[in-house]
Amino acid sequence: MPELGIRVLFMGNNLQRLFTGLWVTVRISLIAVLLSMVFGTFLGLAMTVRNPLVRVTLRIYLEFIRIMPQLVLLFLVYFGLSKAFGINLSGEVSAVLVFTLWGSAEMGDLVRGASNCVPKHQYESGAAIGLNRGQVYRYIILPQILRRLVPPAMNLTTRMIKTTSLVVMIGVVEVLKVAQQIIEGNRYTVPDSALWVYGAVLLLYFLACWPVSLFARHLEKVWKN
Amino acid sequence: MDTVFIKEYIPMYAKAAELTIVLGGLGIAFSLIAGLLCALIQYFRIPLFKRLVNAYIELARNTPLLVQLFFLYFGLPKAGIHFSSETCAIIGMTFLGGGYMAEAFRSGLMSVDKVQKEAALAVGLNHRQALMYVIFPQALAVSVPALCANAVFLIKETSVFSVVALADLMFVAKDLIGLYYKTQEALFMLVTAYLIILLPVSVLAAYLERRVKYAGIGN
Repeated sequence: MPELGIRVLFMGNNLQRLFTGLWVTVRISLIAVLLSMVFGTFLGLAMTVRNPLVRVTLRIYLEFIRIMPQLVLLFLVYFGLSKAFGINLSGEVSAVLVFTLWGSAEMGDLVRGASNCVPKHQYESGAAIGLNRGQVYRYIILPQILRRLVPPAMNLTTRMIKTTSLVVMIGVVEVLKVAQQIIEGNRYTVPDSALWVYGAVLLLYFLACWPVSLFARHLEKVWKN
Repeated sequence: MDTVFIKEYIPMYAKAAELTIVLGGLGIAFSLIAGLLCALIQYFRIPLFKRLVNAYIELARNTPLLVQLFFLYFGLPKAGIHFSSETCAIIGMTFLGGGYMAEAFRSGLMSVDKVQKEAALAVGLNHRQALMYVIFPQALAVSVPALCANAVFLIKETSVFSVVALADLMFVAKDLIGLYYKTQEALFMLVTAYLIILLPVSVLAAYLERRVKYAGIGN
C-alpha cells in the first residue's frame, strides 16, 4: 500500500536528516565550484599561452580529466592515492579534490572559449581610444567574457551538484546514504518506504538544481543582445 | 605493477567492458529516439504533450542518474513494478539521455530559419516533406556537436551501473581491490579500459564536429 509509505518521511526527524544529507553533497560541490572558478580561470588563461609545452601539457590534463568518468577519478584518489603513496584522504576531502580537478578543467575550457570569442578588434579599438591595458580589460574585455561565461558556469554548478551524488560510492554519508538508513531503520514498520524515500531524494536533487538551471537560462536570454 | 595479475584479470575486464559498451550503446540509441520524439513534440507545439515533455526534460536534466537508478531499482518494486538490472540500467539511461538529447535536437531545430520552412512549403512540399528534406538535415548539422558530447557523457554515466547489481568495470575494479588488495593494478586496468572505450568515441565526435562545421546553406 503506497499510501502508507509516505508517512515515514514525516516520522521523527527523517525529513531534517535528508536535508542534512543533501547539504553534505551541496557543500562539497559549492567548495569545489568556488575552487574551480579560481583555478579554472588561471587554467583558461594559461591555455591561451603560445608556449607549445604548456599547451600540450594542459591539453592532455584537460582531455584526460574530461574523458574519465568522475567515479573513476574518485576511485583513483580515494583508493589509489592511499595505496600508492600512503596518502589517506577522507571521502569528503577526496571528493573536493576530484571535483576541483574536474571542475577546473571544465571551467578552464569555458574561460578559454569565452576569451577566444572576444574579437581582436575589441582590444585594438580600446587601445585606439586611449585606454591602457588594464582599462581595456576592466571596461571592455572582462564584461564581455563574463556575460559569455556566467550561464555555462552556472550549468556546470548544477552538473557538479548532480555528479556529487557519486560520493556515496566512496563512503561519504550523504543524502542517498541517509535515505538507505531511514529505509533500513523502518524495514519492519514501513516495508514500502523505499518508493517514497528515494522519490523524496530525487525531488530534493531536483529542487537543488532546477532553480540554478532556470536562472542560468534566464541570464542567457537577457544577455543575448 | 604485477603484470601476471594484470594478464590474469584482463578477461574479467573485457567482459565488464562489453557490458558497458552494450548497455551504453543501447542507452544512447534509445536516448536519441526519445530525444528526437520530444524535440519534435516541442517543435510542432502539440498541446498537452508539449507541457509533459517540458516537465520531463527539466526532471531528467536536473536529477542525477544514480538517484534515478535507486528509485527505479529499489523504489518502484515497492509499488509492484519490478525490473531486471539490465532493464533498469537502460530505462535509467534513456530517461536521463532523452532529456539531454531532446535539448540538443531542439536547439538544432530552432536554429533553422523560419524562411526555410516557408520556402519549402511554397515550392509545394507538404509539412512532412519540408521537415524531412529541408529542416531536419540542417537542424541535424547544428545538433551534431551537442549530440556527440551527450553520447560521451552517457557512456561515462554507465560507471554507476554497479549500484543496480551489474558487474560493470567499476564493480570489477572494486572487487579486485577488495579481494586481493591489488589497488594499483586494478585501477590501472580500470583507467585503461575506459580510455579504450571512450577515446575512439571522442575522436569520432571531434571528426564529426569538423565535418558538419561548414554544413549549412551558403558555405
